[in-house]
Amino acid sequence: MTSPAAAESFSSTPSAGASSLPPIAVEVHDVTVAYHRKPVLWDIDVCIPAGRLVAIIGPNGAGKSTLIKAILGLVPLASGEIRIFDKPLRKARPLIAYVPQRETVDWDFPVSALDVVLMGRYGRLGWFRRPGKADRQAAMNCLEQVGMAEYAHRQISQLSGGQQQRVFLARALVQEAQLYFMDEPFAGVDAATEKAIVSLLRNIRASGGTVIAVHHDLQTVPEYFDHVLMLNMHLVAAGPMASAFTTDNLNKTYGGRLTLLDQAAEAVRRAASPRA
Amino acid sequence: MSEGLWDILLLKDASTRTVVSGTALLGLAAGIIGAFAVLRRRSLVGDAIAHASLPGICVAYFVVGDRNFAALLLGALVFGLLGSACIAAIRDYTRIKEDAAIGIVLGSFFGLGIVLSTIIQRQPSGNRAGLDGFLFGKAASMITSDVLTIASVAGFILAIILVFFKEFRLLCFDRQFAAVQGRPVAVMDLLLLALIALCTVAGLPAVGVVLMAALLIIPAAAARFWTENLTLMVALSGGVGVVSAVAGTLASATIAGPANSLSRGLPTGPCIIITASIIFLVSMLLAPQRGMIPDLFRRFSLKRELALQSTLRHALQGAPAPDHRPSLPIDHGIHEAPDQSAPRRETDA
Repeated sequence: MTSPAAAESFSSTPSAGASSLPPIAVEVHDVTVAYHRKPVLWDIDVCIPAGRLVAIIGPNGAGKSTLIKAILGLVPLASGEIRIFDKPLRKARPLIAYVPQRETVDWDFPVSALDVVLMGRYGRLGWFRRPGKADRQAAMNCLEQVGMAEYAHRQISQLSGGQQQRVFLARALVQEAQLYFMDEPFAGVDAATEKAIVSLLRNIRASGGTVIAVHHDLQTVPEYFDHVLMLNMHLVAAGPMASAFTTDNLNKTYGGRLTLLDQAAEAVRRAASPRA
Repeated sequence: MSEGLWDILLLKDASTRTVVSGTALLGLAAGIIGAFAVLRRRSLVGDAIAHASLPGICVAYFVVGDRNFAALLLGALVFGLLGSACIAAIRDYTRIKEDAAIGIVLGSFFGLGIVLSTIIQRQPSGNRAGLDGFLFGKAASMITSDVLTIASVAGFILAIILVFFKEFRLLCFDRQFAAVQGRPVAVMDLLLLALIALCTVAGLPAVGVVLMAALLIIPAAAARFWTENLTLMVALSGGVGVVSAVAGTLASATIAGPANSLSRGLPTGPCIIITASIIFLVSMLLAPQRGMIPDLFRRFSLKRELALQSTLRHALQGAPAPDHRPSLPIDHGIHEAPDQSAPRRETDA
């Protein structure tokens, strides 16, 4: 795991000329989102670098999922602008894969694990072409990567929560994207699946991909991710783990909840100590 | 049995053949689009569309004046879509939830429809209007051109579903994922709704406004018990629709009274729905994987097996002496998968 250089900090404006900076994956400019006239995200202004594993953290109701949905165009922006790889969303779609929260779909739907993974190919297939042999092969490869090849023909309701999450990850992988959005990929999964997901994230990073994930467990944030984006309706802090993941910022984000801060203090200690 | 009855059952009579082929096509279309309506959780919207279409039929009658099949269906379609637009408006612009919105719109439109149709029937020319047939369905009054209308509607629905099968699968399973891949999900939802409305309206003369939604829902629900494969489920649902429609139509003609003509029997709608319900009941009880009886049987045999294992283990360990208890607790049950027992986290706003 490479330790992120302190120099590559997030900034609200991508500074030109500094060629050592990584390219920008997502630019969020002054974005405000409201549900039923009630704002849930205020004035978010951030650039997310490419090639990194980025965690979005914050308390319940902080707007973490909403930020991802806003970037993906799933909720309308009240104001602001979003660019992905310096393109508008419409043109960047082929580069994007999405892993929604597991509870958003009906797992009793009459499809097999392989059917679900194949849905990841629909984007490139367009409206009228059906998945062919090559698509099936790609889907099987991705199921293999998440350790689910032997469950390919299982109906999805017969899978455990962790296995369902792996199927969703395989569906994102088969999109062969450069930018992955994941909404709580670790929620309610078993230890083996958590491990599998972590190594998958590292594989994505190793091949130049970017992952932006909503994450809940403060303890594992520094271990699993390179960058962090701390949200509580406003953007509290964003940047490489070493500089942004501080007790002070966590305090501001979580607003002095004691139990959480104990956790946070330990996590900060771990982040500060050099990792092998 | 009278000769007339056999004439009906063997489809010897040309008008019987016409009517039965009409309802069969309707059952096929309803079963197929119904599968998607149920999976997309739009089945109650189908019910609202059906009930909301009654005032549309009456208004069309006022405007056109005579029993013009196509015009009546057009009126039904317009009001059905108007009803579903009202539901969407109430749901989106007030704090009333969708189920209450459906109840409000369904009741209001249907009440209006009953008032209007009563007024029409009290008019001197109203008795010939045949509007009462639209309540519970009267397949016998269908003529060849009506069947052609139903056939073209069914053909259109089948063609659209066939072409966009993969897209509807994705839309019904994971709408957000479809949206992220750039699909115009709102338009696709609208298309699905339009197909549901079209099928509902086409079924009104044979099945009636009260029970038409049941022909969308029941075959799909019955088919789901037999398969875990969407393609197969859709095909089975269409099949159940055809069987229900044909058997129900024939039953309606033969059960009541001197059965020698389709026009004398029971209303067709209830007969078709009862047939579908019987198929549903059999599926719910007997389907090998998802049915209730096989499931009970599996649970019972698992229990027996576990009891047997436990007994064997006790016997092998022998009766423990009072001062010589086994140091490890005996494992009696099955452990749940670890990830299932993990507490579910609150989802984010």
